[in-house]
Amino acid sequence: MLFVLLALFSFIVYLVLTAGSGSIGYWSASELLVGVFFAVVAGFVSRAFFSKQKIELSTAFLNPVRWIYFFVYLVYFFFAMAKANFDVAFRVITGKIRPGIVRIKPGLKTTLGTVMLANSITLTPGTLSVEIEGKDLHVHCLNLKSKKPELKEVCGNFSQWIRRITE
Amino acid sequence: MIPLLYVSYALICFGLAFQFLGSIALHRFPDVYTRMHGTTMCTTFGSIFIILGIAFYGLLQSDTALFLHPLVALVFLLLTNPTGTHAIARAARFSGIKPKHAITDSLAGGKK
Repeated sequence: MLFVLLALFSFIVYLVLTAGSGSIGYWSASELLVGVFFAVVAGFVSRAFFSKQKIELSTAFLNPVRWIYFFVYLVYFFFAMAKANFDVAFRVITGKIRPGIVRIKPGLKTTLGTVMLANSITLTPGTLSVEIEGKDLHVHCLNLKSKKPELKEVCGNFSQWIRRITE
Repeated sequence: MIPLLYVSYALICFGLAFQFLGSIALHRFPDVYTRMHGTTMCTTFGSIFIILGIAFYGLLQSDTALFLHPLVALVFLLLTNPTGTHAIARAARFSGIKPKHAITDSLAGGKK
């Protein structure tokens, strides 16, 4: 099962990278053959690595509602990131910063949710996740309003959206 | 055709402006953690808009490879950038570098 997923994923990436090379769909016959060969090799090699990690394959990601939420979240995230970008750009020019590391308790139950939240926080300029402790995050902020900020001041509504996607 | 080409140039210039601000941040900010915010700004807005500009240019030239390859690069950039940033910040904090001018530090005195 894991092998099939990995081989399929590497085959799709190979297809995207070689699109426009021929006449079968968008691909030439030789590219398709080489793609299948390398997908099988890549799946076989990476299975040895992934089977050592304790990954639970869940069927929850097949739920289409979660995917709709995920794409809505991407749009929301882009606008939040744009706002943070202009804020940090302003702080670079003026030099007004109040940095500090704070601990936030997002209260997400799944590992995937915690990883998504940490990645979103790090990808937003102005906040940077330094350490994960259990389900809590230590976040370095560029501009803190108080020493114990609310969850919403640090990461907006990210945690609520991620709870809808992953739980 | 030609006015659309300027859209692609405008996207690239917008991205370059943010890359420039990010590199200024590397000089102005006091320590490693605040500087990481500058590099995040480079990667997110800078790279996103440069890559969108190139992909739009590829679309105008109807060059499939030039349209798709930057987008694949963007996806992997957005997946790997937070991992690298987090790894550097975490390594810096646990090798004992204290955040300068910090008003609060929840990691002072080790994990609780």
